[in-house]
Amino acid sequence: MIETIINVIIAILILLGALLSLVASIGVVRLPDVYTRSHAASKSATLGVMCILLGACLYFFQSKQIFDSRLILAIAFIFFTSPVAGQLIIRSAYNSKIPMSQETIRDDLQQAKETAVRGK
Amino acid sequence: MFQMIMHISLFILSISTILFIYRTIKGPTIPDRVVALDAIGINLVSITAILSVVLKTSAFLEVILLIGILAFIGTVAFSKYLEKGVIIENDRDNY
Repeated sequence: MIETIINVIIAILILLGALLSLVASIGVVRLPDVYTRSHAASKSATLGVMCILLGACLYFFQSKQIFDSRLILAIAFIFFTSPVAGQLIIRSAYNSKIPMSQETIRDDLQQAKETAVRGK
Repeated sequence: MFQMIMHISLFILSISTILFIYRTIKGPTIPDRVVALDAIGINLVSITAILSVVLKTSAFLEVILLIGILAFIGTVAFSKYLEKGVIIENDRDNY
């Protein structure tokens, strides 16, 4: 009985993670410029892979009675590094002057840079 | 039923990877391509985890860690190259 419940939880977690990855890829294909695309990719893909790794960890805990620390380590590592990678690549895109889409109405970083130059 | 849901998840992940490959090939700027490649690395981690659940083995779990680390280092190297033209800078006076 408890085995069936854990199996259902694992299946829901893994299916949810796969659907979140699909949402991320649809966002990357359909959004207009690189900044919004990175927003879609880093957030949804990170949540999806964390759901899937949590499901796999629960599966090994249920089937083999071992609590696998490698999966927990992978979850923590991806949770730390994926936002850092997204921020780095978007900062380099901004500094190499990749244009924003036509619908963009404000640019806070440019205003902050102008105030910093004026303050100097 | 459980195995069928795992196979459906693998199918959904492969569709997602195909869409990322479309953005990698077509993407108008280089950061678009780097973002899509990073997401392909994350998807590879998911595919490896589901595959180890399907095959009932825990032998692929080191592969998950390795793919995660390599995708992160690749993205950092790409972004430093795009911003400054070099990856490892030796003199620190250029800041």
